[in-house]
Amino acid sequence: MVLKVNNDKCLRCGGCVSVCPQACIDLHEVKGIQINKLKCNSCGICVTFCPAKALVLKK
Amino acid sequence: MQLKKNYDVIIVGAGPGGAMAARKCAQGGLDTLLLEKRQEIGAPKRCGEGISIPILLELGFKGNENFVMRKINGSIIIPPNKKEVLIDYSALGFNGAIVERKLFDKALCYKAADAGAKIIAKATVVNVLKKNEKIIGISVSIDGKIHNLYSKIVIAADGVESKIARMAGINTTNIAYNMDSGYQYEMAGIKIKDPNKIYLYFGNNIAPRGYIWIFPKGKTVANVGIGIAGHHDKTAKEYLDEWIETQPNIKKGSIIEVNAGGIPVGGFLKNMVLDNFMVVGDAAHQVNPAHGGGIGEAARAGTLAAKIAIKAIRSKNISKKFLEEYNQVWWAKYGNNLENIEKYRLLFEKLSDEDMNLITASINGNDILDISKGNGKTLIDTLIKHPKLFKLSRHIF
Repeated sequence: MVLKVNNDKCLRCGGCVSVCPQACIDLHEVKGIQINKLKCNSCGICVTFCPAKALVLKK
Repeated sequence: MQLKKNYDVIIVGAGPGGAMAARKCAQGGLDTLLLEKRQEIGAPKRCGEGISIPILLELGFKGNENFVMRKINGSIIIPPNKKEVLIDYSALGFNGAIVERKLFDKALCYKAADAGAKIIAKATVVNVLKKNEKIIGISVSIDGKIHNLYSKIVIAADGVESKIARMAGINTTNIAYNMDSGYQYEMAGIKIKDPNKIYLYFGNNIAPRGYIWIFPKGKTVANVGIGIAGHHDKTAKEYLDEWIETQPNIKKGSIIEVNAGGIPVGGFLKNMVLDNFMVVGDAAHQVNPAHGGGIGEAARAGTLAAKIAIKAIRSKNISKKFLEEYNQVWWAKYGNNLENIEKYRLLFEKLSDEDMNLITASINGNDILDISKGNGKTLIDTLIKHPKLFKLSRHIF
């Protein structure tokens, strides 16, 4: 499973950064969410949280 | 821009917590730098913009500034059975206000700048600088150029997505359970029954573990939003959209702004300091878990952190041990009470719609205010009268 982000949907709220246990998500005010794929372990906590459904786990 | 390299204190994030800390540090004679990653301070907001007048006074305002969009004299609570309860603020001896955060946050920064703090917008802190494991400054990106800036103390006030504290070595990760998910539209052209009241809608079907709010900013303009537990199949947006469909007075309006935000509603940090380092505001989860409001909490924590930073720098002791006074005073003055309120939140999320109807019918405005302050004597009295609710109360007492 890989974490995918749709920054067109992302609302820059920052919730995913706060819940990420790996500290692998960065919020850029313009570009949106950036994921450090090397650190991400696809736990999905950010996916559950995201109020905009901008984050998804894909096979 | 010519940048000075050394400061007494560098504060990261110019929200209410950071701006307050900057103002107080500068007033205390510290050479203060306040950095904000956004290009416009206060925007985009992640906030319903409600604040009580007593807090505005606490922040050094008069309550009639240009950022006050609407004075609020009461709230109307709508439980699932729609039997409204009015909380009349005049009977409680205070008033509320809906502010424009774009103006409010800037007004706080004007005061910080007047006090002598240097503020830079569109300055993203990308790293903390350490020497022998101790924080000695930050790396900041300004106009695409990285600057290393040094200070005796760094205060992280970088909000819900705080990474500065984590980079520094304090784990501020919040569990998803303690995060509420907020979504809001600023809507124009709507009809509000009484635009001097805020409206709070409760019910497990419309807003699980939270509520939907209407905060009027004008006669026909309001923030219409929802805050719910962040771990549902349906998102906050979906809940809000569905609810608006059922409200003809709101549905006919237009959306002029979309906001979203993560709200920490629990999981307060026992330790918020390191050598040369402190955390304030949302970054330290300092939010009232009853209503999810954090402006007052952040500003108070910022004030307190500044007070201790000044003391530390004057006594030339900026060790973790010295700064721990911030932990102690914050917990004694605010933390213990907030943790108490968190217990009520845990009770609240176990309530069925029927329980909510029962409670709303049994308590008055004063009681609800008490609960949001962490004092629930009346709630307990109500619970005792109803055996089913009493069983629930064991979860908190």
